[in-house]
Amino acid sequence: MALALGTAALVLVALLWELSRPRLLGAVQRRRLHWSARRRAALHGGYDPGRERRAEQRARALLRSCVEDEDWAMYRDLGFLCVRGALGDRERAERAPYAYLIYPHKPIVAFVPDTGELLNEYCVAFPDHSKPYGSSRLPDSDDVLAKWMALTGDERRLIAEANMHLPGRQIDPQRVRRDLVRLAGWERERADRSQIGQWVDSVRAA
Amino acid sequence: MKLLRMKPGHGEIVLAEGDVAVPEQERELIEAFRRELDAGMWAAVPTEVPGGRREAEMVRSFADVPRDAERVIFFPRAAGGAPRSNP
Repeated sequence: MALALGTAALVLVALLWELSRPRLLGAVQRRRLHWSARRRAALHGGYDPGRERRAEQRARALLRSCVEDEDWAMYRDLGFLCVRGALGDRERAERAPYAYLIYPHKPIVAFVPDTGELLNEYCVAFPDHSKPYGSSRLPDSDDVLAKWMALTGDERRLIAEANMHLPGRQIDPQRVRRDLVRLAGWERERADRSQIGQWVDSVRAA
Repeated sequence: MKLLRMKPGHGEIVLAEGDVAVPEQERELIEAFRRELDAGMWAAVPTEVPGGRREAEMVRSFADVPRDAERVIFFPRAAGGAPRSNP
């Protein structure tokens, strides 16, 4: 009797094993794939806020090394750059009747410095389709530097690639006007500081 | 001379570095330069014009790069249409 029950139990266990084996092996395989995918994501494409911050720090250092000190201070203090338009004509650049505001990952805004009139928005991006870390988006300061280099190096080419829209398509014109007021105040403040510095220097020299 | 490339999620990376006066190193720089242009990148050389103003020069071949340039920066070519964003 005991032998018969033992044999039946063994047969039952063997049958259960045979029935559940494919399911168990499948589950183990799925778990392995899941962990290897997570490991790959962590190594290559996973979200890492520290990496984005480090990328932006590198980009800021590169931008700072390329633009003038005053432009860097403007970007640091105000969050955008202002570039005179010249369409590649260096002689005309100082008295060009229009200028651009360069924001990170926003359209370039053309305006008339003398009147503050907004002219156009130029929607342009620099997508890296290789998406090295899962995103095609350059760090903010790299985006600004790319626009600055393209505008100062070959304005016509950049404008030809951009989609032109009337002001207000993507950036609130009120915000741009506020930024122009901030820019004017910032320039006045720097000019005042520079004059005071010169006065202090002349007093010391005397 | 350094060839740099802007990279999402990283900032710039050094693609190649060498002395253009050394033929072997110049050849490596030219090859790296061509690879980037073939990949659709734009190339710019940051410069300082007389009077101290800084700007950039867009270059389309290695021959356009000034011999004394310290770096060439590659970045993805411009595409019209920035992503829509909230004002």
